[in-house]
Amino acid sequence: MHSVLVVALAIIYISPVSGQSPTYGVGREPSPQEIRVWDIAIGPDGKELPEGGSTAAIGRNVYAAKCAACHGKGGKEGPYDVLVGGFQSLTSARPVKTVGSYWPYATTLWDYINRAMPFQAPGSLSSQEVYGITAYILYLNGIVQESETISAQTLARVRMPNRDGFVADPRPDTNGLGKAGRAKPAKR
Amino acid sequence: MGVRERERVGRHRRGFLRYGAALGAAFVGSHADPLYAQRPENSSPTLADSTKKLGAPVGPYGERARFETAVRRQAKTPTNESSWTFTPLEDSRGIITPSALHFERHHGGIPILDPAKHKLMIHGLVERPLVLTVGEIHRLPAVSRIYFIECSGNTLTEWEKPTESGVQGTHGLTSCSEWTGVPLSLLLIEAGVQNGGTWIVAEGADAAVMTRSIPLEKAMDDILLAYGQNGEALRPEQGYPLRLVIPGWEGSAQVKWVRRLKVVDKPYMTREETSKYTDLMPDGTARRFTFVMEAKSVITTPSGDQRLPSVGFYEIRGLAWSGRGAVRRVEVSTDGGRNWSDARLEEPVLRHAHTRFCHPWRWDGRETILQSRCTDESGYVQPTREELVKQRGLHSYYHNNAIQSWKVSASGSVRNVHA
Repeated sequence: MHSVLVVALAIIYISPVSGQSPTYGVGREPSPQEIRVWDIAIGPDGKELPEGGSTAAIGRNVYAAKCAACHGKGGKEGPYDVLVGGFQSLTSARPVKTVGSYWPYATTLWDYINRAMPFQAPGSLSSQEVYGITAYILYLNGIVQESETISAQTLARVRMPNRDGFVADPRPDTNGLGKAGRAKPAKR
Repeated sequence: MGVRERERVGRHRRGFLRYGAALGAAFVGSHADPLYAQRPENSSPTLADSTKKLGAPVGPYGERARFETAVRRQAKTPTNESSWTFTPLEDSRGIITPSALHFERHHGGIPILDPAKHKLMIHGLVERPLVLTVGEIHRLPAVSRIYFIECSGNTLTEWEKPTESGVQGTHGLTSCSEWTGVPLSLLLIEAGVQNGGTWIVAEGADAAVMTRSIPLEKAMDDILLAYGQNGEALRPEQGYPLRLVIPGWEGSAQVKWVRRLKVVDKPYMTREETSKYTDLMPDGTARRFTFVMEAKSVITTPSGDQRLPSVGFYEIRGLAWSGRGAVRRVEVSTDGGRNWSDARLEEPVLRHAHTRFCHPWRWDGRETILQSRCTDESGYVQPTREELVKQRGLHSYYHNNAIQSWKVSASGSVRNVHA
């Protein structure tokens, strides 16, 4: 009996495993190069940003070619998401949530353009083009200067107007009983 | 209307027409159960024709009866790839949504992913970064759990005035399936989360490369890395071959087609958790990471667009669910909220799952309003719309879990109202 148990434990814990994971022996370790290629999400401190940089002056033409058809020449005309303006509108009867009026981090703009834009050709832009478009949209919102270089080093330092506009989830925020009052016992 | 706007509407209209044509005549008629009005007629006794000839032969993959016409309906969105479809809740039975009718929300269309080529990377603040094949994930200890998934935008058209006519449009962005997969905690333990790892960035392999930040605590608690749905592989539109299932939380965080999980020390503030899926308050601030879907219920029969053919008995039926656990109680009012009676909860009553409720009712032919209200295991009671608006105003967009009212007219027609 004992020996059976020992053999079973040996199979589970002692036999060499082919993979990287300790208990089930699955998976392999990705190479640093593989991780670099996959690791495209840009956090708010911008540390994953690729080297490079551009300005609104350069990005203007890229925006006109790749973005304006959906977002409008000035970023306000649509037909799809409005990117520019809407300042002071968040408390109004018609809030306009744009990059300028609503988005808390500039890194989000680079990250999203890079991963998902243009809608019909996602992932087709070079990182230099993404820097240029990012700079131009920030410029249209009055957040950076036309000649200002937006780069791996500077993007995370851009202070977005609505940076402090977000709060933690406070729910539950209703007591749930409302005008109907407390439930009465079942009547059948 | 500018040129662009006209083009947009035109594009949408063409898309919608194409979609509508594909659906056939399903939406031309009423949403009411056509069998409700049927009575057994007097006729000479005969045996059914179906007993006089052989039926269809056996087949490899079943289809529903040709007489059943319930289908998902598409929202009016500018594109068909960043769009959503509603589950026909008025036709649903029990608590499981057929996989083919599970609501959809895609941000860049449905990718075609070969499970023999798809891989999952787990990296970041871990001791042992991993690349796993789908086959390796299938080999790991699996669990099956019944969970609802609700889009946080469910019922978003109903904040200001009754807009959608039926329950498919008002509440059809929730569905419930049995999901099979590996607890995410198992894989995170295999990778070995390092000190400081507090969030996970989950990334999909779709054209939107959908990305959300999720607290590690929830991942270690009950998130599933799912590959099965209702006894078979995930449907492509539900994330085939791998997706996250996050019990009780908003659907958009449950990343489909998941290809990468990065353990990090802070949320990454992606577009879908800043620009979208945040809840704007009247003071101009916005709530973020509003993950939990609070308790909600809706009467599915009778509901908007249906017609009661005559006075008499009807069983009021509906669905209730809560992101905070199990539904403890559902009450039904058949007089516009003056009196409430406990509905019967149909078994099983499961945490984070749709729960079916039933309540016998005899309609006397007079105009009235039907409502349901649920209470969950935390004691939270589903609020009225007025309570929600008082707290959140009219522009928070997401997370409308208000009590739904259906008005029955003297003619028996049922419509969506605010009461």
